[in-house]
Amino acid sequence: METIVFALVNGVIYGLLLFMLSSGLTLIFSMMGVLNFAHASFYMLGAFFAYTIMGATSFWLALIFAPILVGLIGAAVERYGLRRVHVNGHVAELLFTFGLAYLIEEIVKIVYGKTAVNYRVPSILDFPAVQIYGADLPAYRIFMLFVAMAMLIGLWLLLRRTRAGLIIQAALSHPHMVGHLGHNVPLIFMTVFGIGCALAGLAGVIAGNIFVTDPSMAVQMGPIVFVVVVVGGIGSLEGAFVASLLIGLLQNLAVGINASFADIFGFLGLTSASEVGSITVSSLGPVLPFLLLVLILIFRPQGLMGEREL
Amino acid sequence: MSTQDTFDYSAHVPSNAEKFRQRTLPLLIFAAILVAIPLTGPSRTMYTLMHQMGINIVLAMSYNMLLGRAGLLSFGHAVYFGFGGYFAMHVMNWIADGSGIWGGFPVFLLPVLGFGAGALAGAVIGWPSCRRAGTTFAMISLGVAELVASGAFMFDGFFGGEQGISGDRMNGPQMFGLTLGPISQVYWFIAFWTIVGVAGMYAFTRTPLGKLSEATRDNPQRVQFIGYNPQRVRYMVFIFAGGFAGLAGAMSAVNYEIFTPDAFSLGPSGFILIMAYVGGITYFVGPIFGAILLTYMQSMMSDFTDAWLLYLGVLFISIVMFAPRGLAGIVFGFGAGLRGPRPRAFLITWLTHLAGIALMLIGLIVLVEIAVRWSNGYGEAFAPFGLPLAQSNPLSWLLVLLSALAGGALTRRAARMREAQA
Amino acid sequence: MTLPPALSIRGLSKSFGPARIITDVTLDIAPGERHAIIGPNGAGKSTLFNLISGLYFPTAGSVALNGENISGLPPHQINRMGLSRSFQVSNIFTNMTVRENVRCGVLNTMGLGYSFWSNIGANKTAHAKTFEILERCGLSDKANVPASLLPYADQRSLEIAITIAGDPDVILLDEPTAGMSQSETARAVDLIAKATEGKTLLIVEHDMGVIFNLADRISVLVYGEILATGTPQEIRGNAEVREAYLGDEALPEELA
Repeated sequence: METIVFALVNGVIYGLLLFMLSSGLTLIFSMMGVLNFAHASFYMLGAFFAYTIMGATSFWLALIFAPILVGLIGAAVERYGLRRVHVNGHVAELLFTFGLAYLIEEIVKIVYGKTAVNYRVPSILDFPAVQIYGADLPAYRIFMLFVAMAMLIGLWLLLRRTRAGLIIQAALSHPHMVGHLGHNVPLIFMTVFGIGCALAGLAGVIAGNIFVTDPSMAVQMGPIVFVVVVVGGIGSLEGAFVASLLIGLLQNLAVGINASFADIFGFLGLTSASEVGSITVSSLGPVLPFLLLVLILIFRPQGLMGEREL
Repeated sequence: MSTQDTFDYSAHVPSNAEKFRQRTLPLLIFAAILVAIPLTGPSRTMYTLMHQMGINIVLAMSYNMLLGRAGLLSFGHAVYFGFGGYFAMHVMNWIADGSGIWGGFPVFLLPVLGFGAGALAGAVIGWPSCRRAGTTFAMISLGVAELVASGAFMFDGFFGGEQGISGDRMNGPQMFGLTLGPISQVYWFIAFWTIVGVAGMYAFTRTPLGKLSEATRDNPQRVQFIGYNPQRVRYMVFIFAGGFAGLAGAMSAVNYEIFTPDAFSLGPSGFILIMAYVGGITYFVGPIFGAILLTYMQSMMSDFTDAWLLYLGVLFISIVMFAPRGLAGIVFGFGAGLRGPRPRAFLITWLTHLAGIALMLIGLIVLVEIAVRWSNGYGEAFAPFGLPLAQSNPLSWLLVLLSALAGGALTRRAARMREAQA
Repeated sequence: MTLPPALSIRGLSKSFGPARIITDVTLDIAPGERHAIIGPNGAGKSTLFNLISGLYFPTAGSVALNGENISGLPPHQINRMGLSRSFQVSNIFTNMTVRENVRCGVLNTMGLGYSFWSNIGANKTAHAKTFEILERCGLSDKANVPASLLPYADQRSLEIAITIAGDPDVILLDEPTAGMSQSETARAVDLIAKATEGKTLLIVEHDMGVIFNLADRISVLVYGEILATGTPQEIRGNAEVREAYLGDEALPEELA
């Protein structure tokens, strides 16, 4: 029982983390048509910056300034890189961000080294907060949950309650019309790109210390975020939210299941001696998002909540 | 159809002589170069390098069937290379066992099977992925590639686990009297299949499907209204691209006699993309340029510097930003400029530009190399041509700054000159 | 036995959300007929074309081509059954030459399908057919010009050339003379008349001169509904049409 509760809690936290990444990616993609391949690289930058800032000052300053710094870098990338490539079309933009992901990873390797850095949970949050069925739930997990919820509410308020949010919403459904309304489209693009990157950076700040902060964390996270966006339905924030939670829960629940295929499909004559039979559900965890992607593509190509045909 | 008899259209289509000069001749020259290379008595290192180049030429060109010719950006092309290679490895071992029909199969013909395996993988994976084009297709290709790459580490029976599958190419019947033992004999195998691959992919561009592929890239909507299903066009092109990637995979299997699941991962897929794009995706021969240059860089530069991937990233981003037609675009543009109305002015601008780029490159290299050595923490100093450039040496930073500034000024000047000429 | 109508539209309707763009359109077009559709801007003429050619899915009603139901089929299948259309905005393959553009349109009738085993350059019949169409559309001297470099009027001709390249029985032309000068229009009318000889033609046009020269019958589409169908004389004399469609505008001389 406690494994299920833990899997649920961790699944929700991981799902919200995925949503921090996928919401930025969706916003950028829907408005600008740019698939930011380097999105997970900004997530990585968030973690490394937080490590540096925390080393010099405190975690709380890192929580504030690392995302801002990442957002500024993102805005600069849009202003001086993407905008220049824009005339050559969306494929060129995607390739630019692809190259950028390469560069960021290599620069991080030079600056921080090739192995993981010791980015740790702040000691003030490093205690068991709640006991569920005799097992401890660390306070930091609860903290992550709060940060993610706060970000969710903040994003919602930004989109629903502000003028900029209205424009962004309009741009989500009718990207070509916003320019005709006389808004400063380049500035909006730069801001959205910056905010999207800052969200990714924030995810890096709060996740880097419970996972591993090393130069490969972007490559590991990137494809999963893409899966979330496709599964949710391209251009749909609601879809990204649902898909994030779905994938977060799926992965964490699967890890807790030790049954092998032979146990499950034994009635079909599958034995644990065979190769397929010996695969356990828990070992499938990392592959599940991609399996889900293929299933969605076959049965619902527009994604869970996607409407816009692309 | 009365006009058919009276109208002479021969003036408007390429004559046979033109066709020969523009299409057959370059291929013959390419083949002649490949045949002539062994006469120069290359070293073992040269052979190794050239074999990798041959494999990468076929691979990068097969990728360009998607990106350049069909407008499909894939992040998972190594998957088809991997399937072709793995299947070839297994057959190589069956040949060694001499079991069943396989005992009589020549290793020399393995790339045919590699083509089949790659095409089959393309047919299976392409079916769900080719429903969408554009950016969605790109994301899907990445997800599917991750799935296959993870799966490859799970099914050891076919993929051989971490250490992969190895074999011995010196079994089964010989062809053309080649034992494929010494590296100079493997050269002929690689050269033969490189030419077959390039010629095959060129022929593909001349078929109705090849033309439809370009039409679908340019205007998928109109393709529907001349009676074709763009999804089906993409799907079929995808299968062929997978096939040629599989052919390259089998070339690699015979050359290295080993294949590991790493072949499926995103790194190799990304490298294929970079080769094709740096070479120039709008030209048929572009990926050849890219494959030759990047294979050379990969094998030579990784000996000299830890930061070769960083240089690769910088090269790629520079091409995307400043020369989207790639190396082929630069080469052909240079040729066209010299044949243009003002070759002298063009040459001066071009050289100014080149000097600017070279200076900026010097600045970049000094900066990166100092940083890499600082990062390694071995206390070793960067000393090109015996000139010690430690990070504490102000001269190093002056060099970085000056060459970057001077280079920037020169390129801007070249840009202004180009504007004035236009 | 009488032939079925070349194109038979029955109760066709299309809504986008709450907006009804096409309402209960019923129309029969006989084989070989040249039928024009006129109507004010926003009447739904292009939507009607998109419904017939398969780009949109009808909300209700059906379309039959030579007696066979085609509503709900994808565009490429409808095209293969013998219906071809042009676009109001030039919709050509810009990275190819004029010749290659037309050749793409020709492939299908050559039985070349998606073939990857034949050399397209060596196909003499495809060449001959391509140049026959280029000649008919007055483009043969521009055969090797990249399509993107063509002057506007020639792009419109190319649009028609691609449309007729597949030897369709039924041809839909969407404002083929839009944006042309008077002399260009005259040439285009000539071209259309020649190019669609013996075929069934459905044409959307604003230029009354073009229509009264070309059409056997005319339908007037207003707010997505057919107001009247008849010969040019009948339409000219129809008071309802004058009022609804022409309003207070100065009447074009053909109508006056």
